[in-house]
Amino acid sequence: MNIQDFEKIFQEKIDAETKIEPKDWMPDAYRKTNIRQISQHAHSEIVGMLPEGNWISRAPSLKRKAILIAKVQDEAGHGLYLYSAAETLGTSRDEMINDLHSGKAKYSSIFNYPSLTWADMGAIGWLVDGAAILNQVMLCRTSYGPYARAMVRICKEESFHQRQGFESLLVLSKGTDEQKAMCQDAINRWWWPSLMMFGPRDSESTNSDQSMKWKIKRKTNDELRQNFVDMIAEQIKVLGMTLPDPDLKWNVLTKQYDFGEIDWNEFWNVVKGNGPCNKQRLAARRKAHEEGQWVREAAMAFAEKRKLKTKAA
Amino acid sequence: MNSIIIDYTLHLADTTLILAQRNAEWCGHGPVLEQDIAITNISLDLLGQSRNFYQYAAVLIGDNATEDSLAYLRKEREFKNLLLVEQANGDWAQTILRQYLFSQFQYLLFEQLQNCKNDQLAAIAAKSIKETAYHVRWSSEWVIRLGDGTEESHDRITNAVDQLWRYTGEMFEPANYETIVDVTTLKNDWLQKVTTIFNEATLSIPANAFMQTGGKDGKHTEQLGFILTELQYMQRTYPAAEW
Repeated sequence: MNIQDFEKIFQEKIDAETKIEPKDWMPDAYRKTNIRQISQHAHSEIVGMLPEGNWISRAPSLKRKAILIAKVQDEAGHGLYLYSAAETLGTSRDEMINDLHSGKAKYSSIFNYPSLTWADMGAIGWLVDGAAILNQVMLCRTSYGPYARAMVRICKEESFHQRQGFESLLVLSKGTDEQKAMCQDAINRWWWPSLMMFGPRDSESTNSDQSMKWKIKRKTNDELRQNFVDMIAEQIKVLGMTLPDPDLKWNVLTKQYDFGEIDWNEFWNVVKGNGPCNKQRLAARRKAHEEGQWVREAAMAFAEKRKLKTKAA
Repeated sequence: MNSIIIDYTLHLADTTLILAQRNAEWCGHGPVLEQDIAITNISLDLLGQSRNFYQYAAVLIGDNATEDSLAYLRKEREFKNLLLVEQANGDWAQTILRQYLFSQFQYLLFEQLQNCKNDQLAAIAAKSIKETAYHVRWSSEWVIRLGDGTEESHDRITNAVDQLWRYTGEMFEPANYETIVDVTTLKNDWLQKVTTIFNEATLSIPANAFMQTGGKDGKHTEQLGFILTELQYMQRTYPAAEW
């Protein structure tokens, strides 16, 4: 068979909704796109631990502290599944982590925004995890088997995160004036960056067409973004808060919410490394990795010694 | 009688809370992802234990006390935690050793406490000891791995022994409220178990070390004030708010 035949069979499988598995033949570009996307997703989970981890020591009650620790720990677990899923495509966790640290691999820009007050924990859960879920629910049906299966597990935990985020904002919205103000301020700061999480407009997105054809993605950036706006615009009514967009309004003709223009200048700036925390986030990850070097070496040296001992015995 | 049980319960609560707080500092910064998860998991277990103890203390105290008022609104001199658990995380070796020395003690303590006449404390100990057994296993394996790993890891864990050993004597010196379990009887068993692990880790037990004490009676190292500053920040800044 020549390469065109392989490609034909591959596309037929995709069209028939058969999952692609690690040992199946796949086009190089499919493999590369999946490695890029899954590793980027894994890195987002790991870097995403930082803005929330930042508030564990200051959580305002023991219950909130326990929920927050459990949540950040879930994210570490998601990172693990995703690194493992990417490894089935022939890369290694070390390589992926090196690419993160060198700046070659990206992670979600949302985590380059600072978490300034306790209300940010709720806003991140509600808005950031809420936006992530829409993407992830779609990815439960992505064409690459290991990625789809990892996403099924992750989605269950993420929807819990979103609920707890909303619930914690709900408490603030019913609290003192200071708590209400804290809640509104966090929503104001996280709203636009959350909309940016869906990526560039479809007309500007370079990877979209091929990814849709290969069913890596099943909805476009703009479709997902619209779903998100429609969901949040309703939920915010329960909080009695507002979204910081004067153009947001229900459109009776399209039966969806119209919303204002994203500041694409800010979007590209953060992607290029100029967000408020890009430097700090990467520095924190590099520091943890470098300071952990001797620990990983010790663990390996010890395992080697034990292997020799067992052999000798 | 009641005030003795209250103080003792607060001592157990404070110790587990402060160690949970310390361990959680690693969350997102661990040396490798699997161990980041493990140390965070231990933090979560200890936090759960501390909540059980605080909730029981709150019932005994009455007067609208809650787990949060006890954790967030008591002052440096009122905290009764062991000095060992408030020591800084330092490097991974210090964190591991702190955990091991404490968990090995806590396991022996809970073995006794689960059979004590106070139903509540016995129930909390019986529930918690399964977690503690895992903490002992995980941390002792790391002590051995670091002790018998590379030259650097051996040096680092030796340094950790040098830093932390002086805070272990306090565990076995009973405070006046420590009447439910006689901690003096745990010392030999503890030392024997630690010696076994240290031998396997090619580490030595410090001889004739001077022991620092005072934590159980609220006389702490300078570390505690900073821990409480962060821990209590929100409750102090927004008094009487619900979260």
